[in-house]
Amino acid sequence: MLSLETITNNINNWLNNHVSSTWATIIEMLIVGLLVIGLFAMLGLILVLMERKVSAFMQIRVGPNRVGFKGSLQTLADTLKLVLKEGLTPKGADKFLFNLAPYVVMCAAMLILAPIAFAKNFQIWDINIGVLYISAISSISVIGILMAGWASNNKYSLLGAMRSGAQIVSYELSAGFSVLCIVILTGSLQISDIINAQQNGWFIFKGHIPAIISFIIFIIAVTAETNRAPFDLAEAESELTAGFHTEYSGMKFALFFLAEYVNIFVVCAIGAILFFGGWMPLHIGNWQGFNQVMDYIPSSLWFILKVFGLIFLIMWFRWTFPRLRVDQLLNLEWKYLLPLSLVNLLLMTVVAIMGWHF
Amino acid sequence: MFLKNYILEIWNAVKSLLKGMKLTGYYFTHHKEIITQNYPEVKQQLPERFRGEVVLIHDENNEHACTGCTACELACPNGTIKIITKFDVSPEGKKKKALDTFVYHLELCTMCNLCIEACPTSAIKMAQNFEHSVFNRNDLTKKLNKPGSKIREGVE
Repeated sequence: MLSLETITNNINNWLNNHVSSTWATIIEMLIVGLLVIGLFAMLGLILVLMERKVSAFMQIRVGPNRVGFKGSLQTLADTLKLVLKEGLTPKGADKFLFNLAPYVVMCAAMLILAPIAFAKNFQIWDINIGVLYISAISSISVIGILMAGWASNNKYSLLGAMRSGAQIVSYELSAGFSVLCIVILTGSLQISDIINAQQNGWFIFKGHIPAIISFIIFIIAVTAETNRAPFDLAEAESELTAGFHTEYSGMKFALFFLAEYVNIFVVCAIGAILFFGGWMPLHIGNWQGFNQVMDYIPSSLWFILKVFGLIFLIMWFRWTFPRLRVDQLLNLEWKYLLPLSLVNLLLMTVVAIMGWHF
Repeated sequence: MFLKNYILEIWNAVKSLLKGMKLTGYYFTHHKEIITQNYPEVKQQLPERFRGEVVLIHDENNEHACTGCTACELACPNGTIKIITKFDVSPEGKKKKALDTFVYHLELCTMCNLCIEACPTSAIKMAQNFEHSVFNRNDLTKKLNKPGSKIREGVE
């Protein structure tokens, strides 16, 4: 059966037979880099269109429906417009930091892709500290946002960036604790180990109550970490025009925009890996027939389906809930999510020690 | 007691959030609720009193009811209407004031309906056409009386 695993193995063997192993590694790295950039471009186009369509239907509208079949080429047209626009740098801005910031945000989003398993044995870098790596790298993007806000020399940008900093620093705690719950169940930080441990059932079913609580906390925390509504204080358009990217235009703005959507994809992919078994098909106990039917669906399709399900959930949040105030945002984290996730961590530890999970 | 309130608060918050998500979820799955009109393809039936532009009513003999009294011009708050009059000479040699050109500046008009109310002979009315965009601003200055039109017999 043709799968991504066989394709990568064939390419690896062919390269190793034809060139020395050093060159093979370099060429493979180049291919991976191109694939990542390609994935980013595709994600930008698809997710922006999806967001606009989902928001339209939730607000009883139609959404883009003119360009291409039912508006399918709308984002392509928008990208073309952004490419043609002038990339302004304001006079009072710190030019170096101002131009560097979008790339820092983009690179942070790209780096998190490394340990994510897209399909069975299809992973860029399977490090043994995968989960730690993800939570460490995901905090780099706040540096990019702060950089953009500071370098713009604009009070709205600076306020937006400061809010974003406060927000990411606080919500990282509860996101980390909810990830730890899963690490307790697995006993490993390696992504492939976590996925393999979900062979006979996803963690959200295996871990039952504590896993469900930690999933809810996780999804709230990552919505806040990606600066999306209802936690989009950093770019609250009614108060701060556009927050940290007020002064950006053209392709530099597009990079921020793209990074936002890629971050959503990345956090949803992490959520799918930790709670919904990554590329693992849905297996129910001893139903052999059902399990075999599920195995026929390719692993990459499983992964994409789960990720897009979670992305839809996050979009659903965005188009339903009103934006929080700054004090409400910090209250939610420090008074509710953090104590709850600490108690939940304790509960999960008890469950794991007593073996009360499936 | 504190703990009970704390948990109750979380429970109520989750319940109200789910209520909101239920509504948007309903709209997402039920596309028949969509209120957007596909404008250029499907045109809406406008109400009778819709004010789109001022028109001078012409009947099938290309006759109108405008006597050139300039009541509309005086009633207009922002100088949208300019009536240019001429003198018709009747066979008996009597001079009579008549409409030469009814100039209507659509770009200035606020559709306030005062000219229609001021008209003593009900010669003008509000039409329903609202698609007024043009490439040249001068196209918005309109001449409302059709070429060759004259006043209807018996209208004073």
